[in-house]
Amino acid sequence: MSAAQWRRAMNGGLRHAAGSSGQPPVRVQASAVASGAAAVDPYADSDAPRWLKFLWRTLSARHVLTFGLALVFPFVATPFFTFQVAAQALVLGLIALSLTFLGGYGGIVSLAQMSVAGMAGYALAILGASSTPISLDWPWWLAVIFAVLIATVCATVIGWLSVRTEGIYTIMITLAFGVAFYYLALQNYTLFNGFQGFQKVYPPHVLGVNWRDPLPFYFLSLFWAMAGYFAVKWIVRTPFGVALQGVRDNPRRMAALGFNVVAHRVAAYAVAGFMAAIGGVLMVWYNGLITPGSVNTGWQINILVIAVLGGMRHPIGAFLGAIIFVLLQTFAIDLIDRERFNLVIGVVFLAIVLFSPDGLLGLWAKLRRRFGSDPSVTSPSHRQ
Amino acid sequence: MKMTKRIWIHSVVGAATAAALTSVAWAQGAPVKIGVLATLEGPFAAGGADGMRGAELAIRQRGGVVAGRKIEMVRASSNANPDVAVNAVRKLVEQDKVDLVVGPLSGGEGIAVKDYSKTQPNMTFINGGSGAQATTLQNPSPNFFRFNTEGAQWMVGLGKAAVDKGYKRVMVIAEDYAFPYSQVQGFMSEFCRLGGKVPVKAWVPLGGKDYSSVIARIPKDVDALLVVLGGADAVNFLNQYEAAGGDKPMMGGSITVSQDVLNYRGKRRDSLVGTISAGPYADSFDGADWKAFVADYQKNYPVSAGGYPSPSLFALVYYTNMKAALDALEQVKGDLSGGQAKYREALSKLELKMPTGTVKLDSNRQAIGTTFVTEVVKDSKGDLTTRVLRKVDNVDQMLGMKREEFQMGSRDVPACP
Repeated sequence: MSAAQWRRAMNGGLRHAAGSSGQPPVRVQASAVASGAAAVDPYADSDAPRWLKFLWRTLSARHVLTFGLALVFPFVATPFFTFQVAAQALVLGLIALSLTFLGGYGGIVSLAQMSVAGMAGYALAILGASSTPISLDWPWWLAVIFAVLIATVCATVIGWLSVRTEGIYTIMITLAFGVAFYYLALQNYTLFNGFQGFQKVYPPHVLGVNWRDPLPFYFLSLFWAMAGYFAVKWIVRTPFGVALQGVRDNPRRMAALGFNVVAHRVAAYAVAGFMAAIGGVLMVWYNGLITPGSVNTGWQINILVIAVLGGMRHPIGAFLGAIIFVLLQTFAIDLIDRERFNLVIGVVFLAIVLFSPDGLLGLWAKLRRRFGSDPSVTSPSHRQ
Repeated sequence: MKMTKRIWIHSVVGAATAAALTSVAWAQGAPVKIGVLATLEGPFAAGGADGMRGAELAIRQRGGVVAGRKIEMVRASSNANPDVAVNAVRKLVEQDKVDLVVGPLSGGEGIAVKDYSKTQPNMTFINGGSGAQATTLQNPSPNFFRFNTEGAQWMVGLGKAAVDKGYKRVMVIAEDYAFPYSQVQGFMSEFCRLGGKVPVKAWVPLGGKDYSSVIARIPKDVDALLVVLGGADAVNFLNQYEAAGGDKPMMGGSITVSQDVLNYRGKRRDSLVGTISAGPYADSFDGADWKAFVADYQKNYPVSAGGYPSPSLFALVYYTNMKAALDALEQVKGDLSGGQAKYREALSKLELKMPTGTVKLDSNRQAIGTTFVTEVVKDSKGDLTTRVLRKVDNVDQMLGMKREEFQMGSRDVPACP
């Protein structure tokens, strides 16, 4: 089957599914794919390479503007804002993006994404260099490759073990994996160095650049955040991504159509795990250390909070959520005098979720609807 | 349109002028900004709040002024995780632009903040309450100072007291991280030297809720338990040991028998009487300076306003470090120019007069100070308090060993099964 045939089959199927259940028509994607292969794709016939065509289809003024701002930002902002606010938000956003991908497009809410990131972080600290004698001092690039690989494999295994559960049971089982990993890291001394974890896990000096300086680290994070963002946008248009959304909306129908539902879900876990692993490596480099405190239940839930806060309808939501989250974590203590600043954080989260179940993106879409312009800014709309 | 534009330009110019003027004014009578980091969340939240009170008390005693400059205290919070602590300190230094940092509270945080301090060579960092040995023993940082003695020093004298009480075999129950390792080392290096034995050491996770497996492992033939657990953990252990019918006498670590535990209103309360422990202070120490300090604390933070009946360990250590910071600032007449070099010089040479005795620094900028061995007793009002058994002066970080042969405390060091 060619990609075009796939797409046609998938869109047809989805439209049927939506129609039969009496829901409003499912708007799978922004124009090109959603309108099916029959619609005119202005770039379909040109000789340009596929990735360029993809870029042309995906990029818009919004993207250019955001990208421009992101490029200029570190030169205007203080190093503190560049590093602690922006870079941290990008790294956390990347980890939350893996959850947005799983949840928004696969219908799987996994609480283990921070644990997967933590596995990558721990693997990097154990294989690479740190101030603890346990570390094996491998060259940084080898350690990074293996760290990402190990974490991706672990994510796949977690996915494979929890794939047959649905909804709240998936949340429970992935939470259990996360908590188990936390206690393993906390109590194992031979490998994980217990409560103290690993200190001085810094990014390498490459090409004469100290990648832990605010500016280089910001651009490193920005690169991987953008890579993750476009990877998600690209994947959800591939046959695999479209099938995954079909699985999200109606797994039984997809199974009847001959799709291997389990395989699609496990693959989604693997893809999300890969993203979270890269986020985990960046997280360790950002903190310069990893301890069980970085993978505890609080952080597992924080990632969910970030994803929900931003909105799971579109990959940008993860980053919006991360920015709000980091700003609150950093500055809430200035807003309220005493030990009560966690209250501010809680109230803001509550307010956002209360007024817009779809997070900031939902709020944005609501505003646009109210003021009469195109409501279709955020792509995959209704889920079942 | 033109009008609006003009107004806009005027206001921008006006704002810029105002900003310029205030920055000049700021440079002349500038207040000293001191960032204080303590754990206002997580397992040590209660201790962190009292630490803040201690630091604030040192400022209040000076009327909020040092060397003619107003003192501005900027609070920051962590939850005992080193990554959170470093983020909070980085915000204090790079965003709030404080002149000094006092903090953090717990061991792992202390090491992480010490590592961070190396990236800010023109700033001065003074410890808050953290008591990990490694902070000043491994790769010490030239701009990180600690005026409180650390975990191992706090336990000096307890080994002898245990032997005097007739304890020959002791089981250790302690939390599994750097600070309790130090505490256990401070006890064991003396206890083992005097012929005592420690057959079992149980390391439990920080913030653990269930101690039943540890309680089941307590051998019949030990004479006493050394319990090195903090705050809420200690209270949990006490509850469960009581429920399991335990009757071994106990010894406490320095943060076990603090006000957190003495204020505990459970059944185990009465059986705490007779517990010996050691630490950098004692509620019932009768030095005049100490009594004045306690009275001052009680006046500023009465129980009705959330204070403890008498200052906790964290209040004392934060007070100590903040007082050192301010005394040295007074000595250099508030001069923090030249990358604070003169100020750090003054800090290193400071002989700090504390309510508990004189404190001075060693070559690694670590305090040499006083330790108290105490016993829990019930006072006339029915409150639990401590009685001083012995006062040990000039305790240094080497615990009486030579620097070459000294090994830092860990799960397995020292050992005398």
